[in-house]
Amino acid sequence: MIEYKAIKALWYREVKAYSNDRPRIISSVVRSLLWLIIFGSGFNAARFTGLDINYQEFLFPGVIGMSLLFTSMFMGISVIWDREFGYLKEIVVSPISRTSMLLGRVFGGTTIAVSEALLILLFSFVVGVHVNWINLPAILLAMILISSILVSLGLTVASFIESFEGFNTIMSFIIMPMFFLSGAIFPLNQMPAWMKPLVYINPMTYGIDIIRTLTIGISYFSLQLDFIVLIACAALMTALGSRAFKAKM
Amino acid sequence: MNAIETLGLTKNFNGLTAVDRLGIQVKDREVFGLLGPNGAGKTTTLSMLCTILKPTSGTAKVNGFDLLKNPNEVRKSIGIVFQDPSLDNRLTGMENLLIHAALYGMDDKKVLERAKELAKLVDLEDRMKDLVKTYSGGMRRRLEIARGLMHTPKILFLDEPTLGLDPQTRSKVWEYIEGVRKNEDITVILTTHYMEEAESLCDRVAIIDYGKIVALDSPHELTKKIGNEIVTITLDDKTRANEFRSLNFVAGINVSDDVKLSVHDGTNAIPKIMKFAIENKIEIKSIDIKKVTLNEVFMHYVGREIREENEKDNTKQMMKYRLRASGRL
Repeated sequence: MIEYKAIKALWYREVKAYSNDRPRIISSVVRSLLWLIIFGSGFNAARFTGLDINYQEFLFPGVIGMSLLFTSMFMGISVIWDREFGYLKEIVVSPISRTSMLLGRVFGGTTIAVSEALLILLFSFVVGVHVNWINLPAILLAMILISSILVSLGLTVASFIESFEGFNTIMSFIIMPMFFLSGAIFPLNQMPAWMKPLVYINPMTYGIDIIRTLTIGISYFSLQLDFIVLIACAALMTALGSRAFKAKM
Repeated sequence: MNAIETLGLTKNFNGLTAVDRLGIQVKDREVFGLLGPNGAGKTTTLSMLCTILKPTSGTAKVNGFDLLKNPNEVRKSIGIVFQDPSLDNRLTGMENLLIHAALYGMDDKKVLERAKELAKLVDLEDRMKDLVKTYSGGMRRRLEIARGLMHTPKILFLDEPTLGLDPQTRSKVWEYIEGVRKNEDITVILTTHYMEEAESLCDRVAIIDYGKIVALDSPHELTKKIGNEIVTITLDDKTRANEFRSLNFVAGINVSDDVKLSVHDGTNAIPKIMKFAIENKIEIKSIDIKKVTLNEVFMHYVGREIREENEKDNTKQMMKYRLRASGRL
């Protein structure tokens, strides 16, 4: 059962709490810019064979993906927060379905993560990237898909974990490999054979590929394949999250 | 119709029976108290009745709906004020109420009006636009009571509604609960381990220990069952104290500096004692009456032993509560 009013209320709650939390917004944007400026400049001298643009430009879509990855996954902490501060009980005794409880949080988290990513997209001029703005609607759609997958994943993990420390530890274990194995910081053309399966099963790979295709026109997979994989993953992850909420709350 | 009927309601935690085949009937529109020492099973009972915990065996009907077969109808029928704080401190008082209304699918047109009405009931009208973070402990409790009432539930559960509040705030919260019962068509079930709370608020009280009911009646009847009230008099001439033995309603006399008369009904006994004293020219300097309180009743049923383990748990919980209330956690 889907209760629209309840989902909207839970969405509002996430977004309102976030927009009041200015340090979080700033630190998140600054982190991405540091990657772009420092990491990007440092590696600008390096040349990947077959890559005829400068490295910072190549890295830019990867940094947007990184921002989506970190912000979305850590949205799961809201569940642990609510459990610790008692608000979870208020939601659990209400007559709404576990699916609605999940969707409210997924929409809230996605709104936040995508807003941050859009903010970083605006900084494209800093590194001299020329974004194809006509593609903005498609970029937005891709961001929403990527973020909803990751928020659902974060929430699923959070529903099994009681403590902040536990959540942070497990998240680092998941986020780091997802980031490094996504083609965010190096081209996939020359990766060793053993790495291929790991990269191919990582949904982030397809997300970064879409953003890179739409922003600077460099692609590894076809756009259709990227979107199909992401849509399938989004459906799968929300279903999984909904089951986790049913089992654990 | 009864608001709540439990049928052999039982909950085991790893072989420990927290609630043991509980059978209670709570009447429509009454204020019913669950009284018991820490760890007696009060909160566990409440958690089962509001669908947070699944009973190990047995079931209950809440507002006519079966707990196991129809949990969602049960959820719609009840409002809850939890023992631990459960507000969103990052939102305003009003937002907390509005989100609650949305979770219960309330009609948008009625929501604002209802929120204002309840804010007035708990005296928070001026603070509704402030973040809950800035509220005092007592204000938070009141907001929680208002929130629990938002969707006009048929039954309101209050789990230790005044735990951790200072005496003034506590009596204020009692006033609001009295106000709720006057203004709303509602049954109230509260747990407490404060005797005065049960005595001043409840129509009927169940004393529960080790998950079982050990006594159930109105506070008045419970104290009457335990027995006597004490009328204390001081006499000009103590040697005449024994003359009061001739009064047939005096069950016992204890003479020390003053004279203590055990009677069954002190209020009626005082005029008779005075009359007797005047007729027999015994001069009474002062007279005092002490009622047997629920405190004595409680001690009678539950015993005087201190429950060390539970006491420790409680202290921990209280510390947590205070830290949260002060915003440090």
